[in-house]
Amino acid sequence: MNETVINEKEKPYPPEKTTELDVTSAALPKAAVLSKRKRNKGGKTENLMGYLFISPWIVGLLFLMAGPLLFSLYVSFTDYNITSQMNFVGLDNYKRMFTEDNLFWTSLWNTLYFVIFSVPLTTAGAVFVALLLNQKIPGMKIFRTIYYLPAVLSGVAVYFLWMHLLSPSTGLVNTILDWFGINGPAWLFDPEWTKPSLILMKLWSVGGGMLLYLARLQGVSPALYEAADLDGANAFQKFFHITLPMLTPIIFFDIITSTIFSFQIFQEAYVMIQGGDLSSSGGLEGGPANSLLFYNLHMWNNAFKIFNMGYASAMAWFLFFIIMILTVFHLKFSNKWVHYDGGDKK
Amino acid sequence: MNNEVKFYQTRRFKTKTKNTLVLAILILGSIVLLIPLWWMISTSLKTPAEIAQHPPSLIPESFQFSNYFEAWQTGAFTRWGLNTLFISVIATIGHVFVNSFVAYGFAKIKFKGRNALFVILLATMLIPAFVTLVPQYIIFSKLGWVNTYLPLIAPAFLGSAFYIFLLRQFMLTIPDELSEAAIMDGASHFKIWWHIMLPLTKPALIIVALFAFNAAWNDLLGPLLYLNDENLYTLQLGLQTFKGNVQVQWHYLMAMSFTVMLPTLILFFIFQRHFIEGANLSSGTKG
Repeated sequence: MNETVINEKEKPYPPEKTTELDVTSAALPKAAVLSKRKRNKGGKTENLMGYLFISPWIVGLLFLMAGPLLFSLYVSFTDYNITSQMNFVGLDNYKRMFTEDNLFWTSLWNTLYFVIFSVPLTTAGAVFVALLLNQKIPGMKIFRTIYYLPAVLSGVAVYFLWMHLLSPSTGLVNTILDWFGINGPAWLFDPEWTKPSLILMKLWSVGGGMLLYLARLQGVSPALYEAADLDGANAFQKFFHITLPMLTPIIFFDIITSTIFSFQIFQEAYVMIQGGDLSSSGGLEGGPANSLLFYNLHMWNNAFKIFNMGYASAMAWFLFFIIMILTVFHLKFSNKWVHYDGGDKK
Repeated sequence: MNNEVKFYQTRRFKTKTKNTLVLAILILGSIVLLIPLWWMISTSLKTPAEIAQHPPSLIPESFQFSNYFEAWQTGAFTRWGLNTLFISVIATIGHVFVNSFVAYGFAKIKFKGRNALFVILLATMLIPAFVTLVPQYIIFSKLGWVNTYLPLIAPAFLGSAFYIFLLRQFMLTIPDELSEAAIMDGASHFKIWWHIMLPLTKPALIIVALFAFNAAWNDLLGPLLYLNDENLYTLQLGLQTFKGNVQVQWHYLMAMSFTVMLPTLILFFIFQRHFIEGANLSSGTKG
């Protein structure tokens, strides 16, 4: 990502001016000079055309991103309920969030739990699968299709499928555990196992991330391995000194995006919540013992169940803050472990 | 005699053992990954009595294809299916043309502030969608757009950072000489985009179309937020109501889940090469 941006910057802007007397342009064929002159004359129109082409995105940026962000910052200091009231309440929403709302902390903890386990597990899983699929074995194309397939499936159907697979008595997972004499847990009904259930479901679609790693692995120059062979390196040394460093840029990118993504877990919990006592959360769904009350579900309940828009906006901004801190943290520490060396060069 | 290499020390033997091991793991993994799907189909064809059996049977005793017809009748699935198709197709058209249009601006036109704006575009990819969800809802509801498809369709015509990024990277690989020749002939940027760029970036456009269609087809959040009228429901929303209506009738639930998944599955098998290329395209540019 960075590379391309930097390359763009190196190109001088605006393009060098050429005059009629310029020796080089005089030497050029007439047509080329014409086109060059035309473009220079059109500097202003060129600017206008540029803005025109990107205008749909600019409109989106203003009305779907920047505007809403600023508006929600303002709303977070009010008691807005979308219909009648919008009084300025100062920092009340933030104060309530940190000091009075126990469910806020529950939801933050649930979300952190999910992020801390699912991000490293899915990343490691994707790398492992990519390494397997990078071997030269006949029929590899079929395996790649099979491993990628679960990643394209998403939505309610997948959640229902996993609710069925994890059903405590008749589900497939517990049936198979039974064959090995293991008494399977109640999964989505047991507060201890609800989050592991969702992580298990995420691992099923690990093939989505795998493709990025596979593409990178296929770009690693065989010369590197041949050189390592000559030096008598064993398989582990080759993995830790060649393969893994080559993958670090992708791992880095994968961790950043999947952290942001996992922090926003919502649909899975919303659909897969079964049972649970609604009285403990004021009639709002949070799963067994609120174990599936993720940050965004809590925000959703506040915004769209009880229309506490001010409070939900404060939560949204705090989420934004956490994610920015995490991203900056990732970027800061990336140079400690991410290798940006290209394929053949060292 | 000491110099003789034992058969298990030869390179050929080592590679063979390694390949056998990898193959075994891959086959085992494939079974683990495919079993859920097969289980879904199997359950969808069972009778309720057979589903309640313990231990469960792996293959249905008799194939109850009627489950599909009966489940289809429990809700307005025909209508929901057409609604979903309508939204998905319009959103896909928007994504393909608008993102390509914007990407052309970023890739092929030199204008003031282009690099700064492109950095902003990249930065917006890091903003979590949920942060803008609440204010967007307020805006759309003030516009009177709740219970219409506009909140689901309009954003597709205002560009999407990831697709713009993807298409721009693809366009940068196309040499400028082509468009320069066209400019000499007096062609405008519109014409170059329409007549040269669109055809040349077809592989990338197919990828965007596939991803966009899939995302719209499987979207639950948008419909859940903006659609209250049951006549306007999408399949995801209709399927979701199944959870409350039917006292966990797994044979119906699995039949409908599989049906809703089917278009995605079919698209995947037809265009699997493109799906995989899509991932390569986005990774190749990130290194």
